[in-house]
Amino acid sequence: MARVFMKGCEAIAEAAVRAGCRFFAGYPITPQNEIPEYFARRLPEVGGTFVQGESEVASINMVYGAASAGTRSMTSSSSPGVALKSEGISYCASARIPMVYANISRGGPGVGSIQPAQMDYFQATKASGNGGFRMRVFAPSTVQEAVDMTYQAFDYADQDRNPVLILADGVIGTMMEPVVLPDMKSDEEIAAIKESKKSWACIGHPLDYANRAWIQPGQWSTIVQQKCNEEARDLYASWEPEVEEYQVEDAEIVIAAYGISARISKSVVDMLRKEGVLVGLIRPKTVYPFPYAAFDHINYEKCKAVLDVEMSIPAQFVEDVAAAVKERCPIETCLCSGGNIMSREAVIDAVKKINEK
Amino acid sequence: MEKVYARTKTIQDDKVSGFCPGCMHSTVIKLIGEVLEEMNLVEKAACVLGIGCCGLHMDYIAYDNITAPHGRACAVATGMKRSNPDSLVFTYQGDGDFASIGLAESISAANRGENITVIFINNGIYGMTGGQMAPTTLIGMKASTAPKGRIAEEHGYPMHMCEILNQLTAPAYLERTSCNTPQNVMKTKKAIQKAFQNQLDGKGFSMVEIVTSCPTNWGLEPLDALTYIEEKMLPEFPLGVVRDR
Repeated sequence: MARVFMKGCEAIAEAAVRAGCRFFAGYPITPQNEIPEYFARRLPEVGGTFVQGESEVASINMVYGAASAGTRSMTSSSSPGVALKSEGISYCASARIPMVYANISRGGPGVGSIQPAQMDYFQATKASGNGGFRMRVFAPSTVQEAVDMTYQAFDYADQDRNPVLILADGVIGTMMEPVVLPDMKSDEEIAAIKESKKSWACIGHPLDYANRAWIQPGQWSTIVQQKCNEEARDLYASWEPEVEEYQVEDAEIVIAAYGISARISKSVVDMLRKEGVLVGLIRPKTVYPFPYAAFDHINYEKCKAVLDVEMSIPAQFVEDVAAAVKERCPIETCLCSGGNIMSREAVIDAVKKINEK
Repeated sequence: MEKVYARTKTIQDDKVSGFCPGCMHSTVIKLIGEVLEEMNLVEKAACVLGIGCCGLHMDYIAYDNITAPHGRACAVATGMKRSNPDSLVFTYQGDGDFASIGLAESISAANRGENITVIFINNGIYGMTGGQMAPTTLIGMKASTAPKGRIAEEHGYPMHMCEILNQLTAPAYLERTSCNTPQNVMKTKKAIQKAFQNQLDGKGFSMVEIVTSCPTNWGLEPLDALTYIEEKMLPEFPLGVVRDR
């Protein structure tokens, strides 16, 4: 298949279109403006709808409405904008409405900085809105992976009837790389997907109380609400994490990182292995569910430390790493923040410091 | 005996609404159901409910409905209608929902001329949460969060949504009605019919603002609440067509 040279944000949007996304609503915020801009050009070509919402809040609710009508729908934003969407995301999760959103994250908290960061880990994996719901959260480390994960995300969203999050960062979103794009779903396939949702979609039904569509982000009865929450819990428990384990088996130092930090860390593994330093990498591709079991593959008799590498101060991802390591070895950190991108040299120094101990 | 009147089939027989005595939500929901049936639109109906008492009938209407987050009904309706233009999409919102927390969504949907219908219930108070001040609360009217009554210097003045939206170019139809007399109930029904027909004709944004009572939170008997509408509410919110294109 032909490779094309694309910017991360645009590649994510094109992957969504190819997956059958036919509705997008969004609001401008750096560094993800290329996503709505791309959809604004592209969706009319395929019979889809783009709306620039009056806010992030309105945009997520337009997606809630479009997805409730059975259309594959998406929104995107960056950190503070995603915070604004959290109410709508929670409603989608509670009402079990499938939709996909991307967070091209930037520095925080508050308005933070417009440069890349990984400061939304807790928001993405622990509390993306009120009420303790969960989502599959994919963390791409290349533009190709962002494409593949976005394409797959729509299937997962429909299968689970649940939102799915693509947690990228400003580096993935704004850099250009060659990518192989997935096949374009045909109009017939897209119509069949919409048809498959007809029984629950809020589009009008023959008058019959039992068969009406009733999209409920909450329940009247506490008993029913608890039952819904139990069903959601069982759904979340059924998800399998995805992870890349790279040269972990004999590693004396294991780097734990995700997204762009993991990509930088992987190059460190290759460089230091050539110098004889036994270093490996565990890279969660899904940060929810988190691949805790991958950390059981570390040889803790040899391992001097796990090195948490992330673009967040204070560190956040490290809390899941610690829960996975279970005090079997020390955990060190290599951090940057404020929109500063992780440098390979900083990771090399951090590994060497541990190695010299 | 010939049956001359029956309850609309869009209201489920074995369910209860939960509305207080004298509340006009029941009247308006009955009217919407009758219009849907008469216009043969039940199978296309997709109702977006706001938060508050305006969602209390979700369990007893027999047509499709979805609950929007507080204030976001017009945004939800935008997404629904744009992605499925064959359905008849209408929001059902109270004054807190439409005119306070949802002001941006309401005005923006109207300004885009979204081909949706808004049924806006204006009773000048927050009902479900227990009588707090609304953007439409009258000057001097008591509310649990304005215990001395609404004071202009502190709270500003009641908002007139028909007139505010009439500043925009796009809306097709804006009318204010009431349900305080049988005549006004019939006028409200006609307005709902027209607003739905506009959507079928692709005319764009239509809103029917219905001035209603909340006897419970107004602290009035239902019949006294009718007098209050006549003497206090309607002078502030005059009835009639504000826009018809």
